[in-house]
Amino acid sequence: MSDKNTATFFYMMKFDVKTYLNQTTNAAPLAVFRIAFGVMMCFSIIRFWYHGWIETLYIQPKFHFSYYGFEWIKPLGDCTYLLFVICGLASIFVALGFKYKIAIITFFLSFTYIELMDKTTYLNHYYFISLLSFLMIFIPANAHFSVDNLLRKKTYTEVPKWTIDSIKLLLGMVYFYAGLAKLNSDWLLKAQPLKIWLPSKYDLPFIGDTLMHQNWFHFAMSWSGALYDLTIPFLLLYRKTRVFAFVLVVIFHVFTRVLFPIGMFPFIMIVSTLIFFEAGFHQKIISFLRRVINKVSLRAQSRNRTSITITEKFNVKRQRVVLPIIIMFFCIQLLFPFRYLLYPNELFWTEEGYRFSWRVMLMEKMGIATFKIVNGKTGEFFYVDNKDFLTPFQEKQMSFQPDFILEYAHYLGNHFKSQGHKNVQVFVESYVALNGRLSRPFIDKTVDLLAEKESFKPKHWILPFTDDIKGL
Amino acid sequence: MQGLLLVLLQNIYFNTVMIIIRKIFLVVFTIGLMVACSSSSDDGPSGKTDNFDRGALLTNLADNIIIPAFEDLKTKLSALDIARTSFVNDKNQSNLEALSDAWLEAYKTWQYVEMFNIGKAEERGGEEFGFVSFFNIHPLTVSDVQNASANGNYDLDSANFHDAQGFPALDFLIHGVADSDVEAIDKFTSNASKDGYAKYLLDVINQMSTLNNSILSDWKNNYRSTFVNGTSNSVTSSLNKIVNDFIFYYEKLLRAKKIGTPAGNFSNAPLPETVEAFYKKDVSKDLALIGLKAAQDFYNGKQYNGASTGESFKTYLEFLDRNDLAILINTRFDNARQKIQVLDNNFVNQINTDNTKMTEAYDALQLAVVNLKIDMIQAFGVVVDFTDADGD
Repeated sequence: MSDKNTATFFYMMKFDVKTYLNQTTNAAPLAVFRIAFGVMMCFSIIRFWYHGWIETLYIQPKFHFSYYGFEWIKPLGDCTYLLFVICGLASIFVALGFKYKIAIITFFLSFTYIELMDKTTYLNHYYFISLLSFLMIFIPANAHFSVDNLLRKKTYTEVPKWTIDSIKLLLGMVYFYAGLAKLNSDWLLKAQPLKIWLPSKYDLPFIGDTLMHQNWFHFAMSWSGALYDLTIPFLLLYRKTRVFAFVLVVIFHVFTRVLFPIGMFPFIMIVSTLIFFEAGFHQKIISFLRRVINKVSLRAQSRNRTSITITEKFNVKRQRVVLPIIIMFFCIQLLFPFRYLLYPNELFWTEEGYRFSWRVMLMEKMGIATFKIVNGKTGEFFYVDNKDFLTPFQEKQMSFQPDFILEYAHYLGNHFKSQGHKNVQVFVESYVALNGRLSRPFIDKTVDLLAEKESFKPKHWILPFTDDIKGL
Repeated sequence: MQGLLLVLLQNIYFNTVMIIIRKIFLVVFTIGLMVACSSSSDDGPSGKTDNFDRGALLTNLADNIIIPAFEDLKTKLSALDIARTSFVNDKNQSNLEALSDAWLEAYKTWQYVEMFNIGKAEERGGEEFGFVSFFNIHPLTVSDVQNASANGNYDLDSANFHDAQGFPALDFLIHGVADSDVEAIDKFTSNASKDGYAKYLLDVINQMSTLNNSILSDWKNNYRSTFVNGTSNSVTSSLNKIVNDFIFYYEKLLRAKKIGTPAGNFSNAPLPETVEAFYKKDVSKDLALIGLKAAQDFYNGKQYNGASTGESFKTYLEFLDRNDLAILINTRFDNARQKIQVLDNNFVNQINTDNTKMTEAYDALQLAVVNLKIDMIQAFGVVVDFTDADGD
């Protein structure tokens, strides 16, 4: 390629990027997405409260497991309820499109704070909500059909195309990466962990005693699950397969909802995928909502008609700042799930680089961890009853995740030091069973965990995994 | 012209893509169907096309193990009460020894019942340990027994008296020496509150009999059908509860209370005074071995006081293609038994002479906890605790 050609090539590229960034699209899908997101989040917060989880997960435990680097984020005692109130209100404001910018920033901060309070409750879909709400800070989701329109007496029919596309990209990424993570020998060649989970649903009506224990069904579900995750973003993007894809989305998520206790997540995903549909569909939703509102309030009706100017295109303010942030955001998102490659041992066993990578439902993993407090001078020891310090849920999560085990060991060590014990050493005798393999020793029981520090380096005190799981 | 060509090309492109996608789905569907048909015909001999009969499992547990054990405890408690009457009517050493024998017989049978904290048994409000709170909380709070006998002021139903009744209280009344006395029998013959002691003896046995009778009759008349039909997989189904009860018994009552706690595994120093049958002195090993046998027999679905076996946790594991685990659990039990067999008949002596043998027995018991609590629970897909937070 000659220099001249190269120059032309880059010129064309630049031109294409520029035209793309200048492209606009109808604002209706974004408005519907904003409303649905706000309503779902509000409902999730209420549901969380209603189940008493604020109490049992954040207030009752004596001790909370922190994320490395976020040890300063802790539940706030009874003020934790206030935090949920703020988060719930923010989500309503987002739905209304009322002081949108402040509302979505408040939502992002409060929701993320809640998730960082205790990593026992880590779920990929909470992480997804945090990321999505971060992204929405930079997206003009209040441009159309929002209270802000009434306040500013201005509404927009078009928004930059990249704003909606970035939501589609995030959604597509979640699916695609979840699919990539399934390309491993346990999932594809052993049908694990579905081979354990599906037969335990033997009491479901109709399919319980006919399908759930069938070997072929375990494989069919594993393979179609992987295929679904890998292809669904593309089937949704392409107009002719979109309706078919949406039907698949509904079937898939309803099915997983029936089988597993995954709360609101399936509904959030189903509603989110509506953003792939064309503007006409969303305009119908909006005009339906308009009719409902007009029926309820005459004032809205009059106001609607009189004072609002309709502007065609919404210009994102400071686009020069916003775009690099969004590009950075996606670059990090694309690379972060692959950080596990930097660790030498089996990912499923050590879980170094496991979280924040869209690894969903890949493992049936259980452990038991018995902590031994030893006087280093005299050799006297006693075992700890984990129930004295942890909730059953915390104990369950702690017992197979090395970073939990280390953090808890330090907590125990400090606790017994403060009680006047001398020369405290903390050892753990632990066993873990992964995807139907017989349980095996997990942590080196000769290592004093009190002398080990948390870091991003590989943890040498995790015993090697003796089997081999191939794949991504 | 160019525009028309473009539209035409686009149409051809879309149609081709559609056809390819349709083909892919057809192929996937056909393969799925083929796998379905071939596997259902291949699986004949292993019986995999039939689901495991969990009702038969529960029926075996109820009819051949649980109800017969409660029944036998009823017989033994009646014999205990008869021995008590004889003793109270003629307070001599040989009648006291006969009472002691009846107590030991009942205590041994109790080991087979202790894990069944389900149905009526768990409705008695015995807190963490359920109905065990009225039968076998050790160590005993001796002062409570002595004070209650002296002033007649007690309520065996209250939580304060959980550690002052049941077999441990009888152990003290029959074998222990009260503060001011010289011999065990003095409580009933020369002690200032001898009538109070006799009454306490009566009340403790009555409490045990009444409770056991109500549990047994509820099993026979009412709970059995609920139990055998509770085959679903939920926190409240009887299948899940009996799995959890079994593991709770093995871990907390057998491993910890009988061996671990006295050996000092959970404290700074050994606690020999917490052994089972502390006052009788020479039966703590026997009771521990029987407790282990009860657990192993239950796991294997072995009939109470018989040799035949039926559907059990073991056969369920075999059905789930986990023969490795089914065998390993029995090996763990056998190894633990060997470690207990080498101990002194009186654990107090063992702890005071060579406590490492006690902790070795504990370690051997613990290995089975690992397999039961992780591997078996995982294979069964049973819900272990009451945490109902979302998963993903």
